Amino acid sequence: MTWGLRDVRVSFGPRVALDAVTVPVDPSRVTVVVGGDGAGKSTCLRALVGLVEPGAGTVRRPAKERTGYVPATAGLYTDLTVQENLDFSAGAYRLPAARRARREAEILERTGLAGVRDRLGGQLSGGMQRKLAVGLALLHEPQMLVLDEPTTGVDPVSRAELWRMISGAAAQGTAVAVATTYVNEAARAASVVLLEAGKVLASGSPDAILRGVPGAVGVQGGGARPGPLAWRRGADWRIWAPAGGLPAGVSRTEPDFADAVVVAALAGEGGR
Amino acid sequence: MDVLAEARQASMRFGSFTAVDRTDLAIGPGEVVGLLGANGAGKTTLIRLLLGLLLPSGGGVRLFGQAPSAATRRRVGYVPQTLGLYTDLTVAENWSFTTAAFGIAGTALPEAIAGWRRDLVGALPLGAQRQVAFAVALSHRPDLLVLDEPTSGVGPLGAARLWEQIRLAADGGAGVLVTTHNMEEAQECDRLVVMADGRAVARGAMAEIIGDHTVTEVRCEGWSRAFALLDGKGYQVQLGGQRVLRVPGPAAAIRDVLAGEGLDASVEVVGANLEEAFVAIVTDGAGPAASGPVAP
Repeated sequence: MTWGLRDVRVSFGPRVALDAVTVPVDPSRVTVVVGGDGAGKSTCLRALVGLVEPGAGTVRRPAKERTGYVPATAGLYTDLTVQENLDFSAGAYRLPAARRARREAEILERTGLAGVRDRLGGQLSGGMQRKLAVGLALLHEPQMLVLDEPTTGVDPVSRAELWRMISGAAAQGTAVAVATTYVNEAARAASVVLLEAGKVLASGSPDAILRGVPGAVGVQGGGARPGPLAWRRGADWRIWAPAGGLPAGVSRTEPDFADAVVVAALAGEGGR
Repeated sequence: MDVLAEARQASMRFGSFTAVDRTDLAIGPGEVVGLLGANGAGKTTLIRLLLGLLLPSGGGVRLFGQAPSAATRRRVGYVPQTLGLYTDLTVAENWSFTTAAFGIAGTALPEAIAGWRRDLVGALPLGAQRQVAFAVALSHRPDLLVLDEPTSGVGPLGAARLWEQIRLAADGGAGVLVTTHNMEEAQECDRLVVMADGRAVARGAMAEIIGDHTVTEVRCEGWSRAFALLDGKGYQVQLGGQRVLRVPGPAAAIRDVLAGEGLDASVEVVGANLEEAFVAIVTDGAGPAASGPVAP
């Protein structure tokens, strides 16, 4: 693990926000922290970039000026134009003139915002705002890029464009950590940390999480709930048998990543 | 009656802008229909037409076999993305207010949300707020449920519980219309309608929407070089896991790009997933300025 959190505990007063959380963040890889609202994703990322001081555990991160961070609700100035946002960030990172011109041009091209460089940030569409925010965080070619829900509420076309930018940064060697509520975004990452109520439910590569589903998963047509360890997938039920023995009449199915995530959550709930 | 809500060749123009353009949509009892589209595709306007909040400029809308009205409104349950709850009232107060508005005051608070009876809605976690919004929308046993991104932002178990409630309502005969650009939600629906530029451009079960859309899957030790190369050529490259790229575009051309740089890669045509098919469908319809792959 080059950067990341190891066994980190964060408390806010009596409330434990993160409990023994490990998040590896390595060069040329995308690590996705996935969970619902209140799971602790933002706290993870804030600890990673040094905005929250852990009560226990270790945090490894590059120098602040080699980190790019986009919080969930901001990341650009809405009352500055696209160009002014770029200039402001370049100034804040003290980029020398030549490098600044090169990077600004690259980011404008990358984000597809070259044609709207005089538009105010606040007048861009939601997807364009997110692309600009990610572009600003990449301007100084950080060693570690940390993005808090960059795609929440963004339509699938913009989401694909954002992920192309994010993956492109990893392809160039950047260590990337992304928080998301969308399970299908985790499925394509190199490394996933599934978080709920401040605890890690599962972590590893998506394949490893899938292989780690204990017991068996079965499928049964709609109707009454077939038991406590069941959830709907479309019109059908999925049933998890932790020890492997599925009830009579229930056919076994190969779980997909979405099933694996529910199983991990059910297992976590049982353990609490 | 086999159709609960129906738009027939419905159009909605605002001045010179056509938000919905001759679109058909029908929702029957017991089915969960997903309405997908990029931002600005016309989803919200179409729903406002169906609910009678807007009058169509052209075509027709029928709700329960009649023109939408206050009477039909009573048979609809609607959960907007903002949930439509009073955050500074308790769960019990929200319940009393809504049930009174629907003329069913005194209806008991459902068991699923009774534990939060005295909590202020604004103080509850999002998953719990969504459960409450749901229970409130279902309080008058609507025949048609309209839900805007019903599980977004909720953890895996919370989402599973919400889907269980949605399916319970559908199994009880309600029709459900889900608008979303969350593909996980779309996959839970029985049937999908994809909108772009005000028109329905694809419809059917998920497998029918995906149809014969494919992507090219590239497996390569030097994935980062492969990514940079294809990205530089204008391909909309996506990661597909460790050392796996998924690229919209013809395999032969992609193979040539990689071989030209001496990259050893396995290149294979595979079926698209719903999100990839959706992006292909809506960007094809958007004309030459679309951000699809550029022919190298």
